[in-house]
This record gives sequence, structure tokens and C-alpha cells, in this order.
Amino acid sequence: MIGQRAWRLLAPLLIGVVFLAIWEAVVRWRGIPPYILPAPSAVAQSLWVDGPSLLGSLLVTLRITLAALAAAALIGGAIALLFSLSRVLELSLFPYAVILQVTPIVAIAPLIIIWVREPFLALLVCAWIVAFFPIVSNTTVGLNSADRNLLALFRLYGASPGQILLYLRLPTALPYFLAGLRISSGLALIGAVVAEFVAGTGGAETGLAFRILEAGYRLAIPRLFAALFLLSLTGIVIYLLLDWLSRRVLQHWHESAATAAEE
Amino acid sequence: MRGLPDPTPPNLSLPDVVGSAGTEPIVQLHGVGKRFASGLEALDGIELSVARGEFLSLLGPSGCGKSTLLRIIAGLSEPTRGTCRVSLGEPGKPIPSGRIGFVFQDPTLMPWSNVAANAELPFRIAGRVGAEERDRVAAALRAVGLAGFEGAYPHQLSGGMRMRVSIARALVTDPELLLLDEPFAALDEITRLALNDDLLRLWETRRPTVLFVTHSVFESVYLSTRIAVMSPRPGHIVADLPVALPHPREGARTSPGYAAMCETVSGALGMAMTDART
Repeated sequence: MIGQRAWRLLAPLLIGVVFLAIWEAVVRWRGIPPYILPAPSAVAQSLWVDGPSLLGSLLVTLRITLAALAAAALIGGAIALLFSLSRVLELSLFPYAVILQVTPIVAIAPLIIIWVREPFLALLVCAWIVAFFPIVSNTTVGLNSADRNLLALFRLYGASPGQILLYLRLPTALPYFLAGLRISSGLALIGAVVAEFVAGTGGAETGLAFRILEAGYRLAIPRLFAALFLLSLTGIVIYLLLDWLSRRVLQHWHESAATAAEE
Repeated sequence: MRGLPDPTPPNLSLPDVVGSAGTEPIVQLHGVGKRFASGLEALDGIELSVARGEFLSLLGPSGCGKSTLLRIIAGLSEPTRGTCRVSLGEPGKPIPSGRIGFVFQDPTLMPWSNVAANAELPFRIAGRVGAEERDRVAAALRAVGLAGFEGAYPHQLSGGMRMRVSIARALVTDPELLLLDEPFAALDEITRLALNDDLLRLWETRRPTVLFVTHSVFESVYLSTRIAVMSPRPGHIVADLPVALPHPREGARTSPGYAAMCETVSGALGMAMTDART
């Protein structure tokens, strides 16, 4: 088993190293100029040189992403709770949540940036719109998935609606909520990047997405790759953290609950 | 009652159980029928009276409305015709919580709670979880042979052990009426026999009134003091047979009386099925 676990880590790592080596070799052998495709070594060098300033930009994007994710969890969870309490409310409002979800953020971001004067808040709203839907839809399903026999049992023992919510519906919804949160974490980052692309650099602080645009304009392609690398890394780290969190929270549950959370 | 003797009053081998002969039956059903919103006719003209301390099995083929009947008695479902009276607590007032215990075919446990917390649920809903309640949870878990498993989570237990937790949960409030809806149907034969013995022992020591839904002739004869045989949908009671086997019944499975009774009950069930087909 230990061998298998080691392979899980080693195999993708090996593939990565081989891929980078081939990339490096092809760029050198064919003499491809760095403004078309920089060699991994050039990207690494750029990461080293521009690292401190890129990290500063990363922090700006990260702040928007995490704030949007937190808002999505809070407001999305609250909306789902409202939906579960009132079927009428769910039926009348859910279609609008879907409309908000399917409308491309790129198309409405300029409007939001005009309407919301504060740049940070405008970016936050954009990222939130992209991120909140999986949490709402997942948590709503979870809150309505309470075991029918358990519900009957709660009624038999005279449980109040509040007790049914607290002891039965909320725990049932937890794996669904956490699955939604993991999907939303990636979307929040995407939302933040898209909003930055549209907004450009509004204030004194410049996010990573704008640095990518800027590097593109200046044909500083190695820096573009370095920023892109940092962005992917951030997404992966956030996902892994949430994955670890949901494993911790659900470790006692039946496997089916854990599998349901994977979906 | 086509072709079968009229329902006879329970003639039990346990005099102290029938000691309540003069008192009011704990469950009284009069002309109970149930038609679902889909138009499905589940029950029709159920007449049933259960005395305190009885162990009554509702025996019938799958889909004859046995579970529906049990849910009506538990108050989880309303009959569309007839009346259902359960005499617990003060007359005219709602039944106090905890006087009825219910065990489903599935263990129906909360996967996020450990064994003790699952068994404790009735108390938690009632808003009292003190030292006395914890003692009763421990006693109930001991009674079903789960002492030492308080901290285990449902996914760590076998199917039989999960069912034991479910039974312990139904027992913690010491209910006067215990309703069991095919509780052992999903278990393997060995576990099932062991749990039958445990249930019998619990009934002999605590003497609750038990309504036990099953589709197993052998199980119903082994456990019950009386068997109500139900016809296929719409379900009604076609035979009401007392089981006059002495208690304790450990080892009764090999006795001639047991075999004879199984044959009688099988015959009644077979007749219920043929009647339904003609």
C-alpha cells in the first residue's frame, strides 16, 4: 500500500519532469524565441527575478478570491437555507440564480464595475457571482435529502422544525455544502481573474491577472508564464486545503457520504 | 374471513400477559382503510384490537400494506377511512413522546453521530440529556449487546450491529408500544436468528406491547403470542391466530408444536394468496 501511495505522488511528478525536459530541449534545439515560447528555465528565472513583485500581485488576487469564496459560502448557504424553508421561495427565485449563473461574467463585469465604484468591492461582486451558484444548488439538494425514515422518527418523538433543521437537515447537507465549496473555490479564482481582466488596474493595487495582460502587451512572455504558474498553483493549493478540510470533517461518515462529496 | 375460523381472542400461555384482560386494548382499529393520493388502495376494512403486553405479528406478502398499517398506528400516516385509537397517556390528549418506539427495516441511523448519540436521540429531542438518560442509554446498549461500542460510528459496524443500535434507540424511553417494521429482513440468516432470540428475551423481561411486521412464517411463529395474517393489496386481515407455545422459547424451533403452528400459519397465508387471485 505504501508503494502505491508513493506512486500516486511520484508518477505525476515524473510526467511533469519529463514534460519540462522535452519542452526545454525543443525550445533550445529549434531556437524558438522567448516571446513565442520561453523555455522552462527562462520562466524559472523570471519567477526568481519578478517573484517579489508578482507575489504582491498574487496577494491582491488572493484577497479577492478568498473574500468572494467566503461571501459565496455565507450568502450561498443562507440562500439555500431560505430555499429549504420555503418551497414557494425556492420555485420563484431558483430560476434567477440559474440566470445569474449562466450569464457570462465577462459580459456583465463592465456593468458591475460601473455600478460599484469601489474597485475591490466591484471585483468581489464579480467573483462572487461566479462562485455562489454551486454552493446554493448543492446545499439546497443536501437540505432536502434528509432520510425519510429519520424524518418520520423525529416527528414520532415530537421534534420541532428547528430541531429537525439543526439535528437532521444541516448535518445531512454538510457533505453537499463542502462539495459545493470545493467547486466554488476554483470558480472564485476564475471570477477574480476575469474581473481583473475587465477592470484593468483601477486603484493602486494590481492583481495577478492584470500582470498577465501587461506582460502580454510587453511581450514579456516568460513573466506571463511565471504569473500563470503562480495562478495555477494558488488554485491547486486552495482546492487541496478544502479537500483536506472536508476529509477532516467527514472522516467518521459512511463511505457513501464521502463518495457523494466527491461528485 | 373467507374459509377461515373467526378471529379468536388471544389465548396465551402466559397468564400474567393476559392479566390485562379487563383493561382497554392498547391499539384499536375500526374499518381502517388507506388510499394514497396516487389512487393506490393499500388497506381496506382493517379490524384489529391489540391487548397490552401482546406480541402480535402482522404477517403478509410484500406490498400488502403491513408497513402502512404500522405507520398509521404510529401516527405517521392518517387513515383515509375508519378510526385508529392508540391508548397511551391521558385520554383525549396527544400521546407523550417516547411512549411509542419504532424500528424500521433499515437501521436508519445518523451517520454523523456515534452509537451513543444515535441511541440518545429521543432524549435529545425531548430536551433532557442528564445522568439518568445517559444511564438508560448505557442500559439499552447493554441489553442489545453493544456495551463498549458507544464511541463507534455506524459505518464501522456490521449490519446486525447497526440494527441493534436502532433497537436500543427504540428502547431507551422504555416504550409501552414497540413497532417493528420488518427489522431483520435485510440481515443474513445467522444474524437474524440471533436477533430474534434477543428480541424475545427483551420482550420477556420488559413486556412491552409489540407489533412486528414480517413476511416470514417461521419468524412470526417463533416470536409472537398472536399472528394476524394479511391478504395482498388492498390489505385486510384474513386470519387471527393465537400462538400457544410456552415461553421461554429458546429451542422451540425444533419442537413439534412449533412445526404444527408453522404449518397452520402457512396454510392461512396460502389461502390468503389464493383468495386474492380468484
